[in-house]
Amino acid sequence: MSGVPFYAQIINLMAALLLLLAFAMLAQRRVLSLIDLFALQGLALAISTAVVAWGTHQPHLYGSTALTLLLKVIVLPWILHRLIRRLDVRWDVEGLINIPITMLIGIVLVVFSFNLAVPISQLASTVTRSTLGIAMACVMLSFLMMITRRKAIPQVIGFLSMENGLFFAATSATYGMPMVVELGIALDVLVGMLILGVFFFQIREQFDSLDLKHLEKLKEHQ
Amino acid sequence: MIELVGVLAIPVIGAVVLAVLGARSHAPAVNVVASGLTFVAAMALTVRVIAEGPILVLDRQFFVDPFNVFLVALTAFVGFTTAIFSRPYMRIEEERGKLTRPKLRLYHSMYQLFLFTMLLALLTNNMGILWVAMEAATLTTVLLVSLYRTPASLEAAWKYFILCGVGIAQALFGTILLYFAAERVLGAGGGALLWTELNAVKAQLEPTVLSLAFVFLLVGYGTKTGLVPLHNWLPDAHAEGPTPVSAVLSGLLLNVALYAVVRSKVLVEGAVHTSFARELMMGFGLLSVVIAAFLLSRQKDLKRLFAYSSIEHMGIVTFAFGMGGPIANFAGLLHMTVHSLTKSAIFYAVGHATQKTETQLIEGIRGLVTRSPMMGWGLMLGTLAILGLPPFGVFASEFLILITAMREQPWATPFLLTALGVAFAAVVSRVQPMVFGETTAKRLPHRPAMIPVYAHLAIVLMLGLWIPPYLADWYRQAARLIG
Repeated sequence: MSGVPFYAQIINLMAALLLLLAFAMLAQRRVLSLIDLFALQGLALAISTAVVAWGTHQPHLYGSTALTLLLKVIVLPWILHRLIRRLDVRWDVEGLINIPITMLIGIVLVVFSFNLAVPISQLASTVTRSTLGIAMACVMLSFLMMITRRKAIPQVIGFLSMENGLFFAATSATYGMPMVVELGIALDVLVGMLILGVFFFQIREQFDSLDLKHLEKLKEHQ
Repeated sequence: MIELVGVLAIPVIGAVVLAVLGARSHAPAVNVVASGLTFVAAMALTVRVIAEGPILVLDRQFFVDPFNVFLVALTAFVGFTTAIFSRPYMRIEEERGKLTRPKLRLYHSMYQLFLFTMLLALLTNNMGILWVAMEAATLTTVLLVSLYRTPASLEAAWKYFILCGVGIAQALFGTILLYFAAERVLGAGGGALLWTELNAVKAQLEPTVLSLAFVFLLVGYGTKTGLVPLHNWLPDAHAEGPTPVSAVLSGLLLNVALYAVVRSKVLVEGAVHTSFARELMMGFGLLSVVIAAFLLSRQKDLKRLFAYSSIEHMGIVTFAFGMGGPIANFAGLLHMTVHSLTKSAIFYAVGHATQKTETQLIEGIRGLVTRSPMMGWGLMLGTLAILGLPPFGVFASEFLILITAMREQPWATPFLLTALGVAFAAVVSRVQPMVFGETTAKRLPHRPAMIPVYAHLAIVLMLGLWIPPYLADWYRQAARLIG
């Protein structure tokens, strides 16, 4: 076992799962499955945070685990499901680029993020430092998802999953941010989601659709 | 202490009161009173800090030094005058049926919350809370940008939300990296994100990590500052939202976002012993100045025109802070002040002008001076001031920045001069026919708020001719802090 503690192996497993889920989201066409994948990603994040807390005796990380579990596994997917039901938009997701090409770009991004993370990982004193590259890759993949999707809800899920990647970076590199900051970030995400909910209704009311192609009228030099 | 609590608590109480009061007809007056009280508290805080030096209170979570206290005073002042302007402006909008009472309730409540997020971002000592406040500032204004619910305003708000959201996510990553570097020196826990603590140990922070962190922080907060090429949301959000919102976005949000960049820069400069951060800021700044100046001449919408002018001026300030040194920093701080005052004055005049002619298109606005000389001259003087004509304050700050650039970064001078010239030609040729000539203006149902316009312009004029000694001293202290 080459001296890697058991909990560190679990964290690595969760990191791999997180990356896998990020790829799955990139490939997923149906919006409802996309939400489930997002909830799963939140769960993987919560488990890995809990394991870091247990393995390294950082009690404040349990608070962060509870927050992740509550917000990203229960509340946000629930809001998204409700929104979809209320807006009645179960259609498939249309991407701008086809999926195999998106996946290939994703692989390039992963390689890039690992390279970017190497100098920082070497400095990290935490047991979970090898996961920093994965966290960065998750952020990049979510970013790619936001760029390649046309519809409003998948873009928002991409945004939220980017937040997951950032939180994972915070726990894997530094054992989590101070609690007051995490609470603030959680509040922002939640309020942001509620505002988006209102916003979706406004867009729908105006355009009868949530397709962002309607939102391309304002051009640079009009 | 009590002043600081006042500055932060009054806007929150104001927001709650306005949300409860809601649709009453005196809500705009309550908005003015709340903003006015915040301004009074901010002045008390300023007096205190000037007399007693920097203060660090509430378990080191809040920190006030000459650098942020002048921005607090400026923010509270512009917040107050914009509330005065918004009273007649929003009443006219309501009477014309563009807004309903429930929307006004949302507007007033969010306006106060927005002021709170700005003041919190300025006063907090915690880089994490700074991030939270900046994100909250987007959240409070996104529904204000889409207040009219037109297709264009929804699009602008969506763009604003997503672009600033993604941008600010980069800043969060930068903050995490900063914490990561700090934790190795300061140990885990709350202390490692406090700016004062970080500033004390900045020389020991890991340079590689801090360089990477600065790139993310600059991209993140730079998106909110409207630096090219991250500026796409800015003209849309300014043009499609109600004019008071454009005024506070331009006058306050951009400043506060730049403040976050400068705070980060101070830490990075201390850790990285190269001119990396400076060069990056100068590059972004110069690019913004040049690109925005050339885009100015292509604008047909009056509010977009001045939005691009804001990008240009933020570029100038970023460039000045990038150069660093006492004179450039002094000029940068002065430019932040005068730009904020002048640009919000222009937006007040523009707001009423677009109401008078019922269009935002430059072609449709003609001969403002004929119908209302005060408004026409207000717009003209504001425009001349923002373009850097003496004797206004913008001239003084731009002149200082230019002479520093000539001495220290001579390569940048031709770009700056060309951009300023192009901007001058573009804006004057558009504003001149709007102010003079045959008129298209109609009468307004309420008296327009012209006092804030002239109050701002008078201060800008005064700063151009004579900077009061205590203010100059204050700028000098702040400039030293920035380094």
